[in-house]
Amino acid sequence: MIKIINLHKSFGPQKVLRGVNLEIPKGKITFIMGRSGTGKSVLLKHIIGLMEPDEGQIIVDGQDITKMSAKELLKIRKRFGMLFQEGALFDSMTVGENVAFPLYEHTKLSEKEIWQRVREKLAQVDLLGAIDKMPSELSGGMKKRAALARALALEPEIVLFDEPTTGLDPVMQLNIGFLIKKTQQQHKLTCVVISHDIIVARATADRIAFLHEGVIIAQGSPEEIARFPHPFVQEFWQTLELGSKEVGHEERPFEPGT
Amino acid sequence: MENPVELLGGFSLRLLREMGGMAVMFVQAMLYTFKPPFRFRLLLKQMEFIGVKSTLVVLLTGLFSGMVLALQGYYGFRKFGGESLLGATVALSLVRELGPVLTGLMVTARAGSAIAAELGTMRVTEQIDALWAMAVNPVHYLVMPRIWAGILMLPLLTILADVIGILGGYFVGVILLKINAGIFVAKMRALVELSDILNGLYKSFVFGALLTLIGCYKGYHARGGAEGVGRATTEAVVISSISILVGDYILTSLLFS
Repeated sequence: MIKIINLHKSFGPQKVLRGVNLEIPKGKITFIMGRSGTGKSVLLKHIIGLMEPDEGQIIVDGQDITKMSAKELLKIRKRFGMLFQEGALFDSMTVGENVAFPLYEHTKLSEKEIWQRVREKLAQVDLLGAIDKMPSELSGGMKKRAALARALALEPEIVLFDEPTTGLDPVMQLNIGFLIKKTQQQHKLTCVVISHDIIVARATADRIAFLHEGVIIAQGSPEEIARFPHPFVQEFWQTLELGSKEVGHEERPFEPGT
Repeated sequence: MENPVELLGGFSLRLLREMGGMAVMFVQAMLYTFKPPFRFRLLLKQMEFIGVKSTLVVLLTGLFSGMVLALQGYYGFRKFGGESLLGATVALSLVRELGPVLTGLMVTARAGSAIAAELGTMRVTEQIDALWAMAVNPVHYLVMPRIWAGILMLPLLTILADVIGILGGYFVGVILLKINAGIFVAKMRALVELSDILNGLYKSFVFGALLTLIGCYKGYHARGGAEGVGRATTEAVVISSISILVGDYILTSLLFS
C-alpha cells in the first residue's frame, strides 16, 4: 500500500501541491484525475522518488521514501514500473532492446532467458511483430504499449502510468485502458494512473481520486465519485453525459476489445 | 528595470551555481568509474563517436593550420633571414598551442554540441527520468562514459593534428618555398623538447574533460522542449569554447612557467 501524507511542493512562487493526502490500496487500479496542469504528473513523480517534496511523507509498505538515500531509492525503484507520457523509449535502441534494457541492468538472466522474457512481454501487449523496429517507426499507441512492456519487464509490484491514453484516438484509448486492466489482473499489480480521461477511468478504475488546486478533494469508487457532491467533481463527471447528449444518443457501456 | 547591481549579482550567482553543478557532476562521474557495472561497451561507442568520427575534421584543421603557419612564418622570417627557424616555429606552435586548442574547439563543435543535443532531447522526452525510474543512475550510464571518452580521445586526436600539421608545414616550407629539408628538420629536432609535446597533451586531457562535461551538464539540465534543447546546445558550444581558451591560458602559465 502507498500512503501519501500532507505532501507539499512548490516551484518558485507557484504552489503546485498543497497538502495532498491519499491512500493507494494494494492490488487495485487507482486513478488520480484532475484538469491539465494541476500537478498530477508532479504527484506521480514524487511517488517514485523522481522529485523531492518540500514537506510531507510518502509511505510505501511502511517505508518513507522521502527520507531515503539515493542508493535506497534505486533499490526500491526496482519494485516499480513506470509508463511515461510519451513512452520515453530510448530512441537509440530497438523496441526489443528497450524491453531488454532493465533486464540487462538488474538481472543475472542469460542472454537467452532475457530475450525469451522480452518476447513474452511484447506478446502480452500484442507487439511481438515490432521487436526489431526503432521507436521512431511506431505510432503513438504502439509506443505506449512498448513502454508498458518495458515497465513490466522486471515484473514490478507497482506500476505508475502518466497519462497513458493522452494523444491516442478514442478506440486506442479504451484499448490501452483494458490492457492496463488485463495486466493488472494477471499480475495482481498495484496501479496508479494519472489521467483526465473520464471514459477510461470509469471503465477500468477501482478507485478514483480527484486532485484540484493542490489537494485531493474526493476519493472513492467510480460509483461513489459519480454521486460526490463537490461541484468540480460533478462538472468533470458530467462531461460524460454532456458528450453523449450533444451527439443525441444514449450512453452505451463500452466492451473490452473494441 | 532591474538595477545593475542586481543584474551583476544574479549573473554571478548563476555562474557559481553552474560551476558548482558541473564540479559535482564531474566528481560523481569520476567516482562512478569504479562502480560496477563497468560500461565498457558504452565507453567504446563514445570513443568511436567523439574520437574516431572526429578524425577527418581534426586532420583537415591540423593540416591547413600547419600549412598557413609555415607560409606566414616564412614571410616574417625572410625579413631578417631567419628562414632556417621555420620548422621549429611551426612545430612548437602546433604541439604547444594550436594542436590541442584547435582540436578541442573542433571536437566541441562536432561532438560537444551533439552530446548536449542528445542528452537534452533525452531530458525533455523524459528518457533521463525513465533511466532513474528503472533504477539506473543516468550520470553513471550517460555522463561517465562520455567524459572518459573525451579524456582518452582528445590527446590521440591532438597527436594526429600535430603530426599532420608538421607535415603540412614541411610541404609548404620545403617543397613549395624551397627551404633546405635538412635545416628544416634539424632545427625542429634541436628546439622542440619532449616536455613541449607532453605539455600540449596534458592540455588536451583537460580540454577533453571540459568539453564533454559541459556538453553533458548542459544537456542534462535542458528545460522546455525543442527550444530548450537548442539553447542547451548553443550554450554548451559557447561555454566549452571559452573554457578551452581561458583554460589554455591558465594551463600555459602553469605548465611552461
